[in-house]
Amino acid sequence: MRVAVAVFPGSNCEHDVVRALGTLGAEPELVWHRETDLEGFNGVVLPGGFAHGDALRTGAIAALSPIMEPVRRMAESGKPVLGICNGFQILCEAGMLPGALIANRDLAFICRFVEVEVVDTGTVLTAAAEPGQMLRIPLNSYEGNWVDPARTGRVVVRYADDPNGSQDRAAAVANEAGNVVGIMPHPERASDPLLGSDDGLVLLEGFVRSLRASVPA
Amino acid sequence: MTTMETPVYAQLGMTEEEYRSVVSILGREPRPAELAMYSVMWSEHCSYKSSRAHLRRFPTEAPWVVVGPGENAGVVDIGDGWLAAIRIESHNHPSFVEPYQGAATGVGGILRDVFTMGARPVALWNQIRFGPLDQPRNRYLFNGVVGGIAGYGNAVGVPTLGGEIEFDDCYSGNPLVNVMCLGILRKEQLVLGTAGEPGNVAVLLGAATGRDGIGGASVLASASFDEEAATKRPSVQVGDPFEEKKLIEACLELYERDLVAGIQDLGAAGLSCATSEPAGRAGLGMDVDLDRVHLRETGMTAPEILMSESQERMLAFVRPDNVDEVLEVAERWEIDASVIGTVRADDRLVVSHDGELVADVPAASLADDAPLYHRPVERPGWLDDLWSRPFQPGEVPVIDTLLDLLRQPGVGSAAWAYEQYDHMLFLGTVVGPGHDGSLLRVAGTGKGLAVSTDGNGRLCLLDPRRGSARLVWEAALNVAVTGARPLATVDNLNLGNPEKPEVMWQLVEVVEGISGACEALGIPVVGGNVSLYNETDGADINPTPVVGVLGLADPMPALPPRLDRAEPGMEIWLIGPEPTDNFAGSHLERLHGPAGGRPTAADPEVGLAVIDEAVRLAHVAPVLHDVSDGGLAVTIAEICIASGVGATIELEGTAELFGEDPHRFVAVVTPGWDPPALGRRIGVMGGDSLRIGDESVSVAALAEAWRGAIPEAMRS
Amino acid sequence: MKVRVTIDRRSEIADPEGHTVMRALHDLGFEDVQEVRMNRVIDLEIAGDDPGEVRRRVVEMCEKLLANPVLEDFEVEILG
Repeated sequence: MRVAVAVFPGSNCEHDVVRALGTLGAEPELVWHRETDLEGFNGVVLPGGFAHGDALRTGAIAALSPIMEPVRRMAESGKPVLGICNGFQILCEAGMLPGALIANRDLAFICRFVEVEVVDTGTVLTAAAEPGQMLRIPLNSYEGNWVDPARTGRVVVRYADDPNGSQDRAAAVANEAGNVVGIMPHPERASDPLLGSDDGLVLLEGFVRSLRASVPA
Repeated sequence: MTTMETPVYAQLGMTEEEYRSVVSILGREPRPAELAMYSVMWSEHCSYKSSRAHLRRFPTEAPWVVVGPGENAGVVDIGDGWLAAIRIESHNHPSFVEPYQGAATGVGGILRDVFTMGARPVALWNQIRFGPLDQPRNRYLFNGVVGGIAGYGNAVGVPTLGGEIEFDDCYSGNPLVNVMCLGILRKEQLVLGTAGEPGNVAVLLGAATGRDGIGGASVLASASFDEEAATKRPSVQVGDPFEEKKLIEACLELYERDLVAGIQDLGAAGLSCATSEPAGRAGLGMDVDLDRVHLRETGMTAPEILMSESQERMLAFVRPDNVDEVLEVAERWEIDASVIGTVRADDRLVVSHDGELVADVPAASLADDAPLYHRPVERPGWLDDLWSRPFQPGEVPVIDTLLDLLRQPGVGSAAWAYEQYDHMLFLGTVVGPGHDGSLLRVAGTGKGLAVSTDGNGRLCLLDPRRGSARLVWEAALNVAVTGARPLATVDNLNLGNPEKPEVMWQLVEVVEGISGACEALGIPVVGGNVSLYNETDGADINPTPVVGVLGLADPMPALPPRLDRAEPGMEIWLIGPEPTDNFAGSHLERLHGPAGGRPTAADPEVGLAVIDEAVRLAHVAPVLHDVSDGGLAVTIAEICIASGVGATIELEGTAELFGEDPHRFVAVVTPGWDPPALGRRIGVMGGDSLRIGDESVSVAALAEAWRGAIPEAMRS
Repeated sequence: MKVRVTIDRRSEIADPEGHTVMRALHDLGFEDVQEVRMNRVIDLEIAGDDPGEVRRRVVEMCEKLLANPVLEDFEVEILG
């Protein structure tokens, strides 16, 4: 099943996502941000990076990219939409996920493995995980601190400790329907024991399972 | 003194003799734009005029060298159609003026050097040196430099795998910021900095040109050479990682589609260099129209445009029938592009501006006819005095000394810095920061590329030849403990003022030390950089060569050694020669007193045997760790901290525990293994304390001291 | 007293972020935008009632901390 991996100017995790999803049997394809049509795709991933150099606010300019129109349509029709790191920030800026991501509490970029707990298995990302399952996944971000003043967000993965000040220790957040998920740590970077962990696979497998269950647009 | 009395060439940093050479090359007085070009191309930074004669000593050849020194980066063959490109550069002076932007633009520049060769940059390292952190200015510089490295490297999307951090008084007025980049490419994708053939079109890609980094050029702007113009300070260059990221992707697409005949990045000397060097290499000339250059500022003069060091720019040489496609690629990646020139069949570089001829010079003369100095060389008289006063610690309290060492910011954990760097991107980092060497897997092959860099100013102050040779051996051992065989070297020679004969002596000795070690190892020097005039108020820095060794692990070990893989019950072995009572240049010496004594020399025969053993053991041992900064006790402590396991060590004596003699490493192995010839069993892993002789300390206390080293110093 | 400090990058220094935002505005159809500079505004509340003295203090703060003299200019405005 085909999954679009959106590429904005400044994206940098797109090849990593393609590689990780490819090994799990999905058919990932890179799609440039000016594309206005995602027909034939079962779902979409917005990968990590620094779209538009994080100018103005992280994710702000990317949220207005042409590709976000078909992404929004996919989300509304219930198809799996996943934002990783910068992708999470873009989904918040686009209003497709509640809240916003601001600078880490300690005002420093964090690049290290963190422990997270899956607290909600009813989403396209966590479908293959067990409730309460603990995972060791890399966190790599400067603006990873999720704030949700309206408290409408659905927290699906939580940090075991509190690396960045994120509200409710949220590491991943979903929309009400559970088909749009943003996650701050990088599951694709925990996809091989040689790299220190393969705990991210259970999340990516869940996403691939959800793609399989989704009818192409 | 008014500027009326100072000749323009002198304001541009040229000597009268150099000016006369220009007149003799041209057969007339140079025009302002011509003088500007010669002044930047003949600067120490661009021409290596003080060091070039000595750098010829480096061994540069080996069957696997594809591109040696002289191009933008060195390139070596790693088999199966793959090449690796590597380059190191310094950005010391800009980082002192503005640490964040200085470091950021250093990273940007080294990336361009590597993707200019056709390679995708896959990893960055940095080697940074500051004065002690108890001074606020040094904390500001350290914080700014780390911020700039992180800010640029993370946003441009190339992982930064750490490097080296050293603190010493001599860097207080002159921090060192060296950056290194590794790229990978397919053989057929190699591109060189050549203009190719007559008729090729020069396309300027990337950021608009402003007055960045221009020193004296503004003087040339006005005929009156007024006071105000002369005192204008150079504009600080500002890095734009987003522009660079787009530039990388656009250039890689150009290479993949075979649309460029050659390409050159714009770094020091800007367009002056990017036009003259590729034309000179091709034995050709070029017509350049400065009115076509896309500018950021209005009213720029020809000398300013030619000297500008605006960042994130590349000059591509394109066959005329490919120009439209090149412009389309640039537009798709949302970068600006201008056609600014055409390659000529003769050897003239002809530049016009505002419809007028502003320069007409032999293209190759800017690089090839640069002055070459044989400056006086003299061994410093104070060296014998230093050698006569070796540091002799006698017996020291083991645990207190160990904790003191771990608390040193140059010995303790560097996580404060490298956790700000994205070191995991591209899913290639098998052994990352915090280890002796980095190990990257090469996707689609069973190979791994290992890189380590080493520098030690204090060691090289005491004996530049022995010290620099030891750096090569240490870096080579560091790649070997990941399972890689050393393949090539790059070096960055940070030194003081070359007009002092003692500094020139240090340069000559350092080159000799590196050359000798490389010859013994059978590896070539494929690139390097020299940074001179690192001095403050007449005081030179310690001679600080930084050596990088690239190694190839083929095949890569299935589970390469890491510091965190030790388990209770495993045996600890020490491989290498018996230590001597020599502490010259060691961290124990730094703790207790001034530098003194003559460092132990490397022993090539032992060094080679130890490297062989390390490569072999990397396929069987869970942990390999070299003995260097702080000696064996620190080596063991780092294994205990990373693995969360204690150890009992059956060794004693200050030399054994804290000496830093070369060619030694520790292996942690499961019992019953085949012991190596050069090894001896020194202990066992287990418990939650490190026990050495009859003293002991909890692993938690070790970890606290080691982790807190930099954070505590930054809070002071 | 309320004081507003405006810090902007000196005109000859590149402002990559401003350049990126300008491109994005052009993309959205605001093609009349010719330059964007990403400046900063800092509002301070200072004890004291002598505007000259307060201004002198704030200028000192700008020179020592608030602005980076290598890259930036600043302007101090007493709001009352």
